[in-house]
Amino acid sequence: MKFITSIIITALLSFASGLFTVLPWYTFSFCAFIVAIAIHQKPIHSFLAAFIALFILWGVLAFIMDNQNQHVLSTKVANILPLNGSYNLLILITAFVGALVAGLAALTGSYVRKQN
Amino acid sequence: MRTIPFIVSAVITTALITLLNMQLPSGKTKTPRLGFFLNPQYGFWQNAEPANVSFDKDIKIAGIKNNAEVYFDDRLVPHIYAETDADAYFIQGYLHAKFRLWQMEFQTYAASGRLSEILGKSMLPTDKYFRRLGMVFGAERAIETMNEYAETKNAMDAYTDGVNAYINSLKENDIPFEYKLLDYKPEPWTNLKTALFLKFMSFDLTGQGDDDLYLTNTKNLLGWETFKKLFPERADSLDPIIPKGTAFEKPSIDVKLPANADSVYFGIDKNTTQAVAPIIPNKNNGSNNWAVSGSKTKSGKPILCNDPHLGLNLPSLWYEMQITTPTLNTYGASFPGAPCIIIGFNDSIAWGVTNAGRDVKDFYEIKFKDSTMQEYWFNGTWKKSDFRKEIIKIKGQPDDIENIAMTVFGPVMYDRNYKSKNNDGKYYAVRWTAHDPSNELATFYKLNHAKNYVDYVDAISTFQCPGQNFVFASVNGDIAIRQQGKFVAKWKGQGDFVMPGTDSTYLWQGFIPAKENPQIMNPVRGFVSSANQMAVDSTYPYYLGKSSNFPLYRGYIINRKLAAMNNITPQDMQQMQTDNYNVIAEFIRPVLLKLIDDTKLNNDEKRAVEIVKNWNLRNDINEKGATIFKLLWDSVYTGVYADEFGNSKLPLYWPDKTTLLEALLKNTDYSFADNINTTDKKETMSDVVTSAVQKILPVIRQLEKDNKLEWGLYKDTYINSLLKIPALSRLHLPIGGNDGIINATTANHGPSWRMIVHLTQPIEAYAVFPGGESGNPGSKYYDTFVDSWAAGKYYAVLFLKKQEARHNNRIKWHFTFIKA
Repeated sequence: MKFITSIIITALLSFASGLFTVLPWYTFSFCAFIVAIAIHQKPIHSFLAAFIALFILWGVLAFIMDNQNQHVLSTKVANILPLNGSYNLLILITAFVGALVAGLAALTGSYVRKQN
Repeated sequence: MRTIPFIVSAVITTALITLLNMQLPSGKTKTPRLGFFLNPQYGFWQNAEPANVSFDKDIKIAGIKNNAEVYFDDRLVPHIYAETDADAYFIQGYLHAKFRLWQMEFQTYAASGRLSEILGKSMLPTDKYFRRLGMVFGAERAIETMNEYAETKNAMDAYTDGVNAYINSLKENDIPFEYKLLDYKPEPWTNLKTALFLKFMSFDLTGQGDDDLYLTNTKNLLGWETFKKLFPERADSLDPIIPKGTAFEKPSIDVKLPANADSVYFGIDKNTTQAVAPIIPNKNNGSNNWAVSGSKTKSGKPILCNDPHLGLNLPSLWYEMQITTPTLNTYGASFPGAPCIIIGFNDSIAWGVTNAGRDVKDFYEIKFKDSTMQEYWFNGTWKKSDFRKEIIKIKGQPDDIENIAMTVFGPVMYDRNYKSKNNDGKYYAVRWTAHDPSNELATFYKLNHAKNYVDYVDAISTFQCPGQNFVFASVNGDIAIRQQGKFVAKWKGQGDFVMPGTDSTYLWQGFIPAKENPQIMNPVRGFVSSANQMAVDSTYPYYLGKSSNFPLYRGYIINRKLAAMNNITPQDMQQMQTDNYNVIAEFIRPVLLKLIDDTKLNNDEKRAVEIVKNWNLRNDINEKGATIFKLLWDSVYTGVYADEFGNSKLPLYWPDKTTLLEALLKNTDYSFADNINTTDKKETMSDVVTSAVQKILPVIRQLEKDNKLEWGLYKDTYINSLLKIPALSRLHLPIGGNDGIINATTANHGPSWRMIVHLTQPIEAYAVFPGGESGNPGSKYYDTFVDSWAAGKYYAVLFLKKQEARHNNRIKWHFTFIKA
């Protein structure tokens, strides 16, 4: 239950913070960090919860925008980066980058409190 | 707290974020800051515009005096309806910024030599070139003049406010894609940036002046007598803009040839230079325009056509729009970066431009006392130089500082500090009319408001640089053309080569008064036209520059076609503007075919010749003959001149192909056919042409193997992104034409805007350009028109009154600007 809750809260907080673009782009990592402190879990669970939260958040956001855009821009970016024009791969990488940063931030947070 | 795991984990997290927050090296370039770039709420995903996007918006804004409306049609072309001109230019600035902000700023970075600031050290040579050419110097002087005329000052002020209103409304996630890719941010727009952009066009269109250094080497290598043969003053087949036999006024300026010119200037001296301009504007920069009078059209009303040929880029140079106020109702192509419509029409007149191609940029060799350049020898004394300090910021590195000596001629562009390209240790100052105070914007402002021929003449007569052929037609039936610019009254040959800069005898002696510029109104033949050919025949009293500055054949074929046409409709004009007939081949093919010695050719070679023989002389995309003809003609040209020009290590200017063509039309016993490297044999043109066939056969075979022999595939036209990134470009476009053909589309150059205006009431117009209204690579409106353009199709333009716009079924979106 804690696990699912922390996924949902991390995703929601990260999304909300991302609406304030005066803040730096990595503000979501603080969200993951704080949630991991607040909802105390095993480090691996904190990591995974935040990882999954951001993987889903960024993946879904990118997927929706990409579909509405009919892959016009993602195909171009996937040729520049270079991912051979694969927009699916670009969405996966996007999701993975967000997930990894959030996961690590949450891992750090999980070490703030003592072990149960 | 578990201290050690916490610290380890925190360090790794911080390191990862830091890494994702940096631009990482990737080959010659750098990646974006990946964390920012990929974040869907900040980065590039935000620029992925939904395909079914609605642009409808109410914009509450300070800076306008009244509320205003903008209607967008189905091609995203905006139609502005404002209560005052100032409001209209404010909104024009706002729209340019909304749809083209990155491009308009990037172009001014290029013009002012600031690309290193955003792209890094690799752009330093380009930046140095533009700084040393005095682009910023010229723009600063232009701004002063533009401010003196209230109309242009007000238009620029309102435009700048509009651009900045948009920039200020931008949130981090809204900034255009390219800023995110290159990792920088928009800065405030200024009137100076508008002036810089206009100077960039001056640079792009007065490139004919840049060859002085090359030409000096060429003259020194060949000797004056041979040089004259290869660079004739006039071409025989010239059909000038002003019909032959037109009488010209007596010249008001009597130009004096310097007494020592024969020995010092034309003779061979030690003036060999090795300065090479690192950037030379495309030689094909040019255009077609023409207007036919009502006597030749089906409707009895004039039709005006224009297609400026420029480098093909995305985002497009042009932004199409309509601007309507109580004093103004104009439509056409605007420059993102400047107010007004540049090429277009209003409800009374239409106008268009082609490049005049006159040489208004000359180089002078300066004699400095020493390498500090503090003093230079001029009119018998040491004269003090001024200095202009140009600080070039470089991304991630210390600034580069250029101290440019300023002389009576202008900036010393080439000196010992500019080592990259100038290794002969000499000093060359550049005298360029684009450095003189001027107000080109006033011309467009006035044209936008013009009602008739008198207004047109008033509008263009102050236009200085780059000199243009302004074509004109009006609803009351007049047609006219005038070559207008600040043209130098030169003695024959002046400024073709580097000139001595030690006294005033080689200075420009005056400027040709505007009323003595070549012009014609309502000629008997019923049409006016220009295609960058030399404007006049030899009876014109001033020197226009050497013949090879002026392409010949588009003008020739346009005049031939127009003379033969009657009952013309806009559809006929569309066909003509996209015509692929190769008149060069019409002239030279029979000569070449006659010269080929069949007995020396094998069967494959004969088959290639056969394809050329049976070719229909059209450079349509599926013609193999067009490709083989081009290969053959290029090879013949190289075969004739390579021995004379190939041995020198100096940068040279080769003769124009026209010169060879005309020489062969006259007499195929051509003295340059002989290869000067072989002493045992005297080669003839027949040898050169026959061996050219043999030389090109392997190329033809390879092309056949790659399935690229058809003209369209061989030419392989593409529209390059301004950053030269293939993914943002449009490649492999199926379009015919070539240089020397009315459809002057080469690989990356050609008609950047095609326009046909029928001067009926209301006006009927057609237009297309190789791009789209949006500059966002994430928008489907980025390149919407490219396929139509390639196919030679046009869009019927919507030129609407405000009350019509509201209900027109092609109007899709609507902005309301509400005064805050």
